[in-house]
Amino acid sequence: MTIKKLLTGNEACAYAAVNAGARFFAGYPITPATEIVELCSKLMPSNNGVFIQMEDEIASLAAVIGASLGGTKAFTATSGPGFALMSENIGLAAMVEVPCVIINVQRYGPSTGIATKFSQSDVMAVRWGSPGDHSLIVLAPSSVQDCYDLTVEAFNLSERFRTPVILLSDAALAHLREKVEIREPGELNLYQRKKPSGPVDGYLPYGSLHNDVPVMSNFGDKHILRVTGLVHQASGYSSDNPRVAEELVQRLARKIDNYQEELPAPFFYGRQSADLIVVSFGISARASLEAVNTANNEGFKTGMLELRTIWPFPSKKVKELCSGAKKILVVEANRGQVREQLISCGIPPEKLRGINKQNAEVITPSEVLSALKEENS
Amino acid sequence: MPLADYKQYVAMDRLPSIWCPGCGNGVALKALALALAESEIPPDKTLLANGIGCSGRVGDYVRCHRFHGTHGRTLAFVTGIKLVRPEIKAVCLLGDGDCSAIGMSHFIHSARRNVDIVTIVINNFNYGMTGGQFSPLSPYNMITSTSRSGKAEPDIDMCKLADVAGANYVSRTTIYHVAEMKNYIKESLGKKGFSLVEIVSPCPTYYARYNKIGTIIQQLEWLKEKFIPIERYNEMNNDEKENFFWRGILINRDLPDLYQHMHKGVEVRKR
Ligand SMILES: Cc1ncc(C[n+]2csc(CCOP(=O)(O)OP(=O)(O)O)c2C)c(N)n1
Ligand code: SF4
Ligand SMILES: [Mg+2]
Repeated sequence: MTIKKLLTGNEACAYAAVNAGARFFAGYPITPATEIVELCSKLMPSNNGVFIQMEDEIASLAAVIGASLGGTKAFTATSGPGFALMSENIGLAAMVEVPCVIINVQRYGPSTGIATKFSQSDVMAVRWGSPGDHSLIVLAPSSVQDCYDLTVEAFNLSERFRTPVILLSDAALAHLREKVEIREPGELNLYQRKKPSGPVDGYLPYGSLHNDVPVMSNFGDKHILRVTGLVHQASGYSSDNPRVAEELVQRLARKIDNYQEELPAPFFYGRQSADLIVVSFGISARASLEAVNTANNEGFKTGMLELRTIWPFPSKKVKELCSGAKKILVVEANRGQVREQLISCGIPPEKLRGINKQNAEVITPSEVLSALKEENS
Repeated sequence: MPLADYKQYVAMDRLPSIWCPGCGNGVALKALALALAESEIPPDKTLLANGIGCSGRVGDYVRCHRFHGTHGRTLAFVTGIKLVRPEIKAVCLLGDGDCSAIGMSHFIHSARRNVDIVTIVINNFNYGMTGGQFSPLSPYNMITSTSRSGKAEPDIDMCKLADVAGANYVSRTTIYHVAEMKNYIKESLGKKGFSLVEIVSPCPTYYARYNKIGTIIQQLEWLKEKFIPIERYNEMNNDEKENFFWRGILINRDLPDLYQHMHKGVEVRKR
């Protein structure tokens, strides 16, 4: 059944997780993610799941990883300071290939910053916060509906790719209240991780690959599971063989980066092959879209690209859609973290203009509109 | 009980181990395997989770489920595992540094929650893996590679800490006392809630060498002489106690574990 509800972004994330099949939440309260923690303390037990409030965010993600290795879809929610504490275990989850979802409700930083206020400045932190070469998936919702849909998608992708998936929400979305269409579990396409079926003897946890993703058992299953953050062989026993290391680390990147067409594609609005294109994500994409629509109604010819998958960065798509543009406005509430990525894609820096705001307030449609008009005049 | 049974838990084909000659880790592993065999816990229902360190490598030589995560956090991972798979018998084997320094908070909270985990602490009084630096459990004044003129900080008794935090079972023994070691592990495998077995273990390469404890035989004799039964220890005056450590069972009780608490809670919340 699909029902309509008035929800905040945080609430939508929690309901989506339950409907996606998550039955384990571990967390530590932090503004502006706290409502997810509180709601899960009710939703998990009433759906025969587990809620546990851990002693810190390191332990929270550890418990989530443990629960997932036990075969239960599991997640946590936090904000900048807590996300920083999770970094080491994100690397572990990537290395040992544990499906898990982390909701990072961005707030104003660095450090404690302004706990209740908004920013989009964790774009790089979520990708590069954990040392070592690996890929991971980051999705950015721009509406409360998106909070619901992309949270469901986050669980699907984490199971499909056996990787941490980060939902990059923010303080504005978290507390924005909007109408949401809630598709219930029967209506959702839910992906479950593959499980081994062959003989128990001689089973190799990292030995049988499906699209570069290992078909792994869970702790307590008949097929014995061996997990170590050390470089490991197909058996799951550790190894310091350079060839084993190289193959493992390359596969960890390849298993996601080579399958990017399965990740949520950017939305394109307005004029294809426009001279002026606005690129944005998250709540700033809402303001940008409104500005683009207003401008185009006034006769301007503007296109707009909303990124939904931020990492791996959809370079090919972005380059393709932006190649004809003379000017590209990158709208984001940070110092230009996504703009850097456009440069990495090969877009000449002189074509780019950043609309950046760093005062803990959201970017408004009129701010984007006046920038658009300036570029058009 | 046939001794050979323990081999179903040990990956004999992966031996020899990486440990130095005379290291206590292999002795502890055998005691654990024997206790598992005697308790008849099937390997597919056994999880051995380790900290990071020399002792953390025991998992490389077992045939049951194995988890090896990040330094100090093992108990937090296993808390998650146990909440969704309560039927698994989970053993966390941790180094003294792993559980009393970086992992101290998880140790206290796991005991406080009374999570159903058998925690074995291999206390070799130092960070073996990184070259013999002091840990919070290295005794005062002892020589390590970061306390060349004697450790300037006091140590802490993890057994007493586990007691006040709320553990159901707390014991201490040494690598020398092999039968006692196996018995304590076996006893804790039969319990619900948080159990701690602290095993004092030789590190001939660093701790014993820096502190001139002598050959491995002399190290074992040192363990034999210095670790006396808790009853005898308790009768000593404070001056005498200075020269000894206690071993034995400190706590054995049956408070409800986390899983029981949670399920009671669910019934209340569902109302
Ligand atoms: C976060 C982090 N910090 C530091 C280290 C380095 N490190 C590896 S093992 C270890 C200490 C191990 O000591 P202990 O737990 O007593 O185990 P032992 O080697 O003595 O068995 C340290 C500090 C690490 N792996 N991770
Ligand atoms: S360094 Fe010490 S603890 Fe590590 S293997 Fe050698 S003897 Fe054992
Ligand atoms: Mg040690």
